Amino acid sequence: MRAVEAIMQCLKAEEVDVIFGLPGGANLPTYDAIYDSGIRHILVRHEAGGGHAAEGYAKATGKVGVSLATSGPGATNLVTPIADAMMDSVPTVFITGQVRTDLLGTDGFQEADITGITMPIVKHSVMIRDPRDIPSAIHEAFHVASTGRPGPVLVDVPQDLSRADIDYEPITSVDLPGYQPTTSGNAKQIRLAARALANAKRPVLYVGGGVVNSNASEQLRELALSDKFPVTATLMGLGAFPAPHEQWLGMLGMHGTRAANYAMDEADLIVAIGARFDDRITGKLDEFAPHAKFIHIDIDPAEISKNVPAHIPIVGDAKDILGKLSTEYKALNAEPARMNEWWSKITGWREQYPLGYEDSADSEIKPQFMIQEMLRVTEGQAIVSSDVGQHQMWTAQYYDFPEPRRWINSGGAGTMGFGLPAAMGAQVGCPDDLVVCLAGDGSLQMNIHELATCADNDIPVKIFLMNNGFLGMVRQWQELFWDRRYSAVDTGKHPDWVKLADAYGATGMQVTDKTQLGDAFKEAIETEGPVLVDVRVTPEENTYPMIPAGQAARDMVG
Amino acid sequence: MGDPGTKEVFRLEDLEATGGRLMGRKHVLSILVENEPGVLARIAGLFARRGYNINTLAVGPTDDDQVSRITMTIDGAEHPIDQVTKQLHKLVHVLKIRDLDPNESVRRELALFKVEADAHVRQEIVQLTEIFKGRVVDVARRSITVEITGDDEKIEGFEQLVRPFGLIEMVRTGEIAVQRGRAET
Ligand SMILES: Cc1ncc(C[n+]2csc(CCOP(=O)(O)OP(=O)(O)O)c2C)c(N)n1
Ligand SMILES: [Mg+2]
Repeated sequence: MRAVEAIMQCLKAEEVDVIFGLPGGANLPTYDAIYDSGIRHILVRHEAGGGHAAEGYAKATGKVGVSLATSGPGATNLVTPIADAMMDSVPTVFITGQVRTDLLGTDGFQEADITGITMPIVKHSVMIRDPRDIPSAIHEAFHVASTGRPGPVLVDVPQDLSRADIDYEPITSVDLPGYQPTTSGNAKQIRLAARALANAKRPVLYVGGGVVNSNASEQLRELALSDKFPVTATLMGLGAFPAPHEQWLGMLGMHGTRAANYAMDEADLIVAIGARFDDRITGKLDEFAPHAKFIHIDIDPAEISKNVPAHIPIVGDAKDILGKLSTEYKALNAEPARMNEWWSKITGWREQYPLGYEDSADSEIKPQFMIQEMLRVTEGQAIVSSDVGQHQMWTAQYYDFPEPRRWINSGGAGTMGFGLPAAMGAQVGCPDDLVVCLAGDGSLQMNIHELATCADNDIPVKIFLMNNGFLGMVRQWQELFWDRRYSAVDTGKHPDWVKLADAYGATGMQVTDKTQLGDAFKEAIETEGPVLVDVRVTPEENTYPMIPAGQAARDMVG
Repeated sequence: MGDPGTKEVFRLEDLEATGGRLMGRKHVLSILVENEPGVLARIAGLFARRGYNINTLAVGPTDDDQVSRITMTIDGAEHPIDQVTKQLHKLVHVLKIRDLDPNESVRRELALFKVEADAHVRQEIVQLTEIFKGRVVDVARRSITVEITGDDEKIEGFEQLVRPFGLIEMVRTGEIAVQRGRAET
């Protein structure tokens, strides 16, 4: 059979039910095979949209997202989604067309060394050199993308090889001697961790996206509730522990709550679970959690002691480890009263510094109010995808996620334009859920063309656009740290979002009065198909609280 | 860190941090990799991106034609070696890494020295070469080329001695190494 037909067989064997992509010369054979493969293909309007859609699909469903592009510019358009998937550990497989092998290295038409270009931003990549290797390469790609610490894998297929005839035998196992992720945690270390927890008077569970990736929410809850451990999470970990909850401190880090950041600052024991001590969490490294010992649970050994030296490292799958840790911990019958003082401190911070803002006295829509209205109208039940900026942080602060995989955003890379295509992917993966894209006016334009994809494919994403007329987060930094010299942050008067929505085949609405906001959201949700609600919010509102970059938790402002 | 089961009293204060520290000495990494295109580029790229400095690098085949060996030396005073090896391990084509202690391994490097030498100093250089168990591989009217094999200390020792004569060129292969007293790879 043709190698491209073998690719389709492999994709089916991997239970791929949808592909996001865009064809071109070098992957014409692949598209010919897609034609009657029975696999759903969604034609995106830009390969970056396809890549982010694959990410959104993967984040919402936990399955591997798949995206296709042709060679050269098609492939380079995938660079941002690939980098994004690497930073946030998103299981994705990218299959690119490449020029014919006789043209390789000759600067042939639409040739780009995509494996070379993406080398530092993939978990793994391979360029096919023998068509007989194609089936194993595809299965290996899925295996590497979805196991261990997930990530993007690129398979680059030269056009002539994709047309070659090969003997296809279904493959049931992969053979990668150099790839053996550790999944089961070391029992001795887990026992030691349990004893450390039993002896901690001021513990905090610090949860990252790894808990979402390993589907370990249940186990996290069990551990947290096996005593009264306070829980905080990174931007990527939101939803791993249900919010609101009496043990939930809110997000930590640069725009986290004071309760969460102060708890880290005074903790005697921090249990990092699937989190990586990013600079947005630690702030000034030398002053980060100065009194704490660290238990670090992660499937990627390279994360352990990378930024903050661990006292009890445990390498493995969070689900496995947390389950065992709870059991070990319960067996110790620790005295819960040892944390009383700690909780009274935490409660004090919560009462003294709740998240808050000054609401407008008139009809003006404060951005925080917009998120609260979204929470109220959706009853916390939406899958929310966001772009990058202030609106993202406000959503993280004010929208309570009861479950994992409902908060879909670009954390590590902070990729503007992620929101809409990711929402599209999430909606395709979860057709029965309400999917909202909480967009920024700067970010949304970066991939707005995917609105056409949504309209043409009946993907009923609801875009709630937080329109502050600024590249707001950058404006905030210029206001606070650059003497209010607003340089290139005004997003101007265009486009007319309602007309734009209309032009793309979606429904457009605009809201300027806060009393009408809730009803507008309801109407949007009830309207069939994709809807864009242009919400005019306060132009110059700052996201607080905030730890200025490079400072310590104690230095929180606002 | 002791066995958690054996400690009578447990105190958080007694826990010690692991990893991420500078070990301060030279490390010889012996890395077995699959013979796939681009493996060296991946390793070099990883080092460049993470800011690790490679001091020497030698690549060659092994007894298994599917597998190559990369031997590199890096300075443990500059980079936390456990981070370096853990990052390397993430590359799918990296099969095995051994962090050889320079004192516990046999290390060899080949160096060629082309030294300025007219007739009246030639003999002196030949004598030095003999002391270092080297070989003279080329003699011209104004220069002499010498081959020295040994570990880096020996080669650097020879370099010190011939430099005053006028070192025209020095070419080194980079060290290869094998652990002492064990037969396994
Ligand atoms: C692709 C990309 N370019 C630039 C940036 C830098 N950046 C971070 S936030 C931001 C402003 C985003 O504006 P908008 O989408 O309107 O969100 P707001 O902050 O106003 O809510 C910019 C430009 C980025 N994160 N990503
Ligand atoms: Mg904006």
